Amino acid sequence: MRFSKDHEWVRVEGGVATVGITTYAQEQLGDVVFVELPAVGKKVKAGEEAAVVESVKAASEVYAPISGEVTEVNSALADTPALVNEDAEGKGWFMKLKLADAKELDALMDAAAYKTYTEGLH
Amino acid sequence: MRYLPLTPDDRREMLAAIGAASVRDLFKDVPAKVWQSKPVDLPMHLGEIEVDRALSAMAARNIPSGQVPSFLGAGAYKHHVPSAVDHLIQRGEFLTAYTPYQPEIAQGTLQMLFEFQTQVALITGMDVANASMYDGSTATAEAVMMAGRVTRRNRAVLSGGLHPQYRAIVETHGKYGGFKVESLAPDPDGKEDAAARLGDDVSCVVVQYPSFFGHVRDLKPLAEACHAKGALLVVVTTEIVSLGALESPGAMGADIVAAEGQSIGNGLNYGGPYVGLFATREKFVRQMPGRLSGQTVDADGRRGWVLTLSTREQHIRREKATSNICTNAGLCALAFCIHMTLLGEAGLKRLAAINHAKAVQLADKLAGVPGLSVVNKSFFNEFTVRLPKPAAGIVERLAAKRILAGVPVSRLLPGDAALANLLLVAATETNTDRDMDALVAALREDLR
Amino acid sequence: MSDWSKAVSAGFKADGTGPTGSRGLQMEEALSFEQDAPGRTGVDLPEPPTVKDRLGGLARKGAIGLPGLSEPQVVRHFTRLSQKNYAIDAGLYPLGSCTMKHNPRLNEKMARLAGFGDLHPLAPESAVQGALELLDQLAHWLKTLTNMPAVALSPAAGAHGELCGMLCIKAALEAKGENRHRVLVPESAHGTNPATAAAIGFTVEAVPAQANGKVDVAAFKAKLGPDVAAIMITNPNTCGIFETEISALADAVHAIGGYLYCDGANFNAIVGRVRPGDLGVDAMHINLHKTFSTPHGGGGPGSGPVVLSAALAPYAPLPLTVHGKDGFRVIETPQASGEGSKALGRLKVFHGQMGMFVRALAYMMSHGADGLAQVAEDAVLNANYVLARCKDVMTPAFPGYCMHEALFDDRFLKDTGVTTLDFAKALIDAGYHPMTVYFPLIVHGAMLVEPTETESKDALDAFIATLRALAEKAKTDAQHFADAPRLTPRRRLDETGAARKPVLRWRPETVQKQAAE
Repeated sequence: MRFSKDHEWVRVEGGVATVGITTYAQEQLGDVVFVELPAVGKKVKAGEEAAVVESVKAASEVYAPISGEVTEVNSALADTPALVNEDAEGKGWFMKLKLADAKELDALMDAAAYKTYTEGLH
Repeated sequence: MRYLPLTPDDRREMLAAIGAASVRDLFKDVPAKVWQSKPVDLPMHLGEIEVDRALSAMAARNIPSGQVPSFLGAGAYKHHVPSAVDHLIQRGEFLTAYTPYQPEIAQGTLQMLFEFQTQVALITGMDVANASMYDGSTATAEAVMMAGRVTRRNRAVLSGGLHPQYRAIVETHGKYGGFKVESLAPDPDGKEDAAARLGDDVSCVVVQYPSFFGHVRDLKPLAEACHAKGALLVVVTTEIVSLGALESPGAMGADIVAAEGQSIGNGLNYGGPYVGLFATREKFVRQMPGRLSGQTVDADGRRGWVLTLSTREQHIRREKATSNICTNAGLCALAFCIHMTLLGEAGLKRLAAINHAKAVQLADKLAGVPGLSVVNKSFFNEFTVRLPKPAAGIVERLAAKRILAGVPVSRLLPGDAALANLLLVAATETNTDRDMDALVAALREDLR
Repeated sequence: MSDWSKAVSAGFKADGTGPTGSRGLQMEEALSFEQDAPGRTGVDLPEPPTVKDRLGGLARKGAIGLPGLSEPQVVRHFTRLSQKNYAIDAGLYPLGSCTMKHNPRLNEKMARLAGFGDLHPLAPESAVQGALELLDQLAHWLKTLTNMPAVALSPAAGAHGELCGMLCIKAALEAKGENRHRVLVPESAHGTNPATAAAIGFTVEAVPAQANGKVDVAAFKAKLGPDVAAIMITNPNTCGIFETEISALADAVHAIGGYLYCDGANFNAIVGRVRPGDLGVDAMHINLHKTFSTPHGGGGPGSGPVVLSAALAPYAPLPLTVHGKDGFRVIETPQASGEGSKALGRLKVFHGQMGMFVRALAYMMSHGADGLAQVAEDAVLNANYVLARCKDVMTPAFPGYCMHEALFDDRFLKDTGVTTLDFAKALIDAGYHPMTVYFPLIVHGAMLVEPTETESKDALDAFIATLRALAEKAKTDAQHFADAPRLTPRRRLDETGAARKPVLRWRPETVQKQAAE
């Protein structure tokens, strides 16, 4: 699993990247009430806005940590946005991307680096 | 000064507590060269008697609709407002409260708004409505912008039956907001084919129901044509009482309804404040502008209401908000809500039936005036008549006789010879047979 | 049939609440929809004349779904609802940046004069000369108080006025053939500023504030360039501080061919003492519901006239009131030449919020030039008094005097377990509407207190005593704050639940059940 500075995570399996927001990000947001997901088939570039996550008091853009084409979105979030709070890095995933360039992953942090990064934010 | 409680002693004591020598010290950040040490060049303060006298004198130079036979409409209508409405909206707890940001001490406003939203949704035949907009005209502009967000398209088609000032507002927003507006030619006969203007880039067709010229047309075919092309149908209603007698826009396939709610609970007020009604389908609710009151429970499990889905709004989304608007028309929405509650199902339907019947009677009487013809086959409480000479002059001459005959179409659409002789005439429950006879007699005389 | 009867339980609850849930003067009240009896109505309208309908075959079929209530029920319903609201009439309402001052009742009476309240907006000019005179008078007062040459009256509220002012800037730039797209906004700005600029296609850039809460003129200057259309600034700013350097900022933006927009939300602090036109402002909206006391009405209606510099005046939207040979005239449609020919278009139907204009003019005439200057002074004095008397137990966000509002941060709550929100909720139990909280965003746990000039010293002393007592209590009894409010018609409400599963309207029970299944 790799992490971005904007608090997204990516897990790659067989050329397909699953993307979500980190446990740290959901803690900062508080209770998630709505997630706006991209259309399947949409092509996103790394760093582009791909989704929006809303809590009662805030709305945050979710940026694609890597480039690719959206192949699937987590439709369970429509009815149960709380999944993002309960299991941000598991059942609370946002979308799956067909990886455009695996080398982009190198620019992202590993778990240890991300942990150090978030600790530095306080 | 009767509104300022501090006494000179208070001010001295307070300055001492602050540790400032003078009030001017508190303004030390204000450079001396811009400080007005003397009162600006305006009159000094006045008591209630003097202010009342001066403003009453101004008011007396106007002709209120209630004091003369009046048939003015074109987006603002003279209706009777029950006495209880004005009493209740002047209760200080409603009048002098702010936006219900602290829900524990604003349940009155929040519950009222929830009832208001329900009323608006029911009357328009839509799933959800917001807690009101500035007025019908700005609600219309917001509807067009919302259609752009929903469809991600950027051309709006405006019917020639849309109120010309509403049209001008949408055009202004389009010009500076980066979307195209195609305004169809004025449609006094109610025969335009707006569906013919649909294309792959059209976000919405905006049509008024009843139209500016009074026509009532079935919108189902237009709704189907819009949906077939991926566009939304925006229905504008400037006389909300009409929906007590007419099929609702929602039932005909409208995607957004933007309406003026002035007719219920609110006076003419020379054009404002009024109350914008805004309703849409459930699936578009997160693209809807404006405040929303939503039902929830409190810490003890009791039912209550809060402002909700506020992440759409400017104070959170800033430059990504659905709209820059941050207020609604709270007190006017309250007046609407109270009047509608007084009317109820039976009252609204009867009020609408009376309005329509009065208009039918007036149309028949006017049709008997030599040289005058009624343009409309269908209408609710307002219709267009064609006169043998320019309507504007006739209206001025009748006003001199203290009859407000109607709104000349040329006032809002000047410079078009084909429209110069058209007059919009409205009748409501406030018009008596005697009013109508006075209008007919005055027109006969003027046209002789 | 009433669903409401089912809500009535058999006996008293443990806390002494009666069978209806009401407690003393706190009356439980069902929705109007739950008090329905079919056919009942609160109006007596005559039988309509019999005519053959001309509704084009579109007569409504079936029920609308509105409930039937009689007048006594309706009056009681809304009276009970009103009693669940806090209001200025009930107590001090220190909501910063909202200027919750007393709303004089003379204003209400004047707005209801038939000549204003029952006047049709499209009545012929000869029938509305008094109304046009009122518009002209109001414009004269606003122009004189701001030392600005023109005013557009039609915007419906502050945000609408902002839109109007920024559109005037855009129109003026277009007339010069310039395509400038950047707008600079301080970080502390109210959310409407960036929302407005973005809505009309400008790119918004936030500029950080200095440590003293004022704009950083050097930072602004560094960002200025030929592609900057405008700077939007609030003065006094959202931290309650007068921007001393505003004239320098005006000069700088004018030098590169841009304009200075001023958010006039806080005009109350300087009315009668400082004229924005003297500061180099090109456009400023004035919230009549703030400075000029038109009632907030539970969230509107507002009114947001925009004063304009000579450079922007020609672009003001329609309609315009002008002096003609035989009295006043209205220009309400596009003109080929002369006055109004450069108008940017139209923003609102008819002539603006006339009912608010009458109230605002009544307020201005009542105060006069002398009284308005006193308004600014007393507003600033009251805020500074609260600041001075609380600064040893609460933590002011910035040192020194404030203008019309005192801004605190949450440092004084550090390690208490009490948040700004908790503090606000505890204030409710003590009988006050909370101050504005968490705004401006640049101050941590912000509490923005604006007492306004219409509070007496006694009222302020009582409020100060309450703030001090709460600040003290926070050190030892966090639970008191976490549980607050306890004494209100409702306790804290589940906002997360409301947003996750929005219920935005009432539906009949049968429909609700179907939906649940």
